[in-house]
Amino acid sequence: MTTTWLVVLGASAGTIVLKGLAPGALGGRALPPRLTAVMALLAPTLLAALIVTNTFASGRHLTLDPRAAGLAAAVGAIALRAPVLVVIVVAAATAAVLRAAT
Amino acid sequence: MQRTAGTTYLDGARRAWPLAVAVGGFGLTYGVLARQAGFVFSLATFAGSAQFAAVAIVGDGGTAAAAIAAALLLNARYLPIGLSVASSLRGRPLARAAQGQVVVDESWAVSHLGGGRYDPRLMVGAGLTIYGAWVACSVVGVFAGRVLGDPQALGLDAAFPALFLSLLAGQLRGRRLVLAAAGGAAVALATVPFTPPGVPIVVASVVCLAGLRRPAGVQEAA
Repeated sequence: MTTTWLVVLGASAGTIVLKGLAPGALGGRALPPRLTAVMALLAPTLLAALIVTNTFASGRHLTLDPRAAGLAAAVGAIALRAPVLVVIVVAAATAAVLRAAT
Repeated sequence: MQRTAGTTYLDGARRAWPLAVAVGGFGLTYGVLARQAGFVFSLATFAGSAQFAAVAIVGDGGTAAAAIAAALLLNARYLPIGLSVASSLRGRPLARAAQGQVVVDESWAVSHLGGGRYDPRLMVGAGLTIYGAWVACSVVGVFAGRVLGDPQALGLDAAFPALFLSLLAGQLRGRRLVLAAAGGAAVALATVPFTPPGVPIVVASVVCLAGLRRPAGVQEAA
C-alpha cells in the first residue's frame, strides 16, 4: 500500500508541474514569430505521433494487430465524412470483430 | 489571445462529449485494474495512459521510483503541449497554470483553432467534461470489479487512434502541416524500439523545429 501511495503522490505532483509549467511561466504573452511557427506545427506533429504509437507500438515493439484494421476503418469513415463518434465506434467495432474472429 | 467570437465553456463540453464517452470506457477499465488508490490517482493526476503504466508497474512488483518515472515520461508530452497553449491563456500565472491542468490530449486537440492558436474556453469546457467522465468512470470501475469483459475484446484500444485521427484530419490545412504530421509519425515509429513508451511522442516534437527555418510560413498557415 505504501508503494501505491508513493506513486500516487509522486506521479500526481510531477504531472501537475509538467502541465502547469509552460502556461504559468509563459502565458498571455505574444511569442516571437519563429516560435509561433514552431507552435503551429506542434499540434499535427504530436497528434500524428500519438496515432502511430497508439496503433503500432506495443511496449518497445512495433506490431501489426487489429488496432491497425481499426485505424484503416477510421480512415474510411473519415473519408465518408462520418461524425467523430461514428468514426470511433467503427474503429473499435472493427478491432473487436477481428479479435473475436481470430 | 484571439478567441472565436462567442464560444463558451458549454461549446467545449458539447464538442468533447463523444470523446468523454470513449475516455469514460477507458476510465472504467482503469478503475477495475487500479482498485482503491486508483480513484484518488484519477482525481489528482488526470492522465490516463500514465496512470495505466504506473498501475501496471506496481502490479508487476516494480518500485515506486520506476512507476513514477514511467508515468512522468509518458506525461513529458505535456511540456510541449503546455508550451503550445501558453500564449492563448490569460490571467495571472497561477490561473494559467491551473488552466493547464485540464489539458489532456483530447481537450487540447478540440480547442485548437488552427495556426497554433487555442480557445481557452473550449479547452476548459472540454477538459472539465472529460475530467468528470474520467473520474466518475474510474470510481464505477473500482466498485464494479471485474464484471466487465476484457477492454481489448471491445476494441477500446483502437478507439483512441481513431479519435486522434479524426481530430488530425480536421487540422491538416496546407502542405507544411501535412509534412509535419508525416515527419512526426515517422520519427515516433523509428524511436519506439529504443525508448520506453511515451518518449517517442516527445522525440517526435523535434520535427517542429523545422518551423524555425521559415517563420514566414506562419501567415500561410493562419
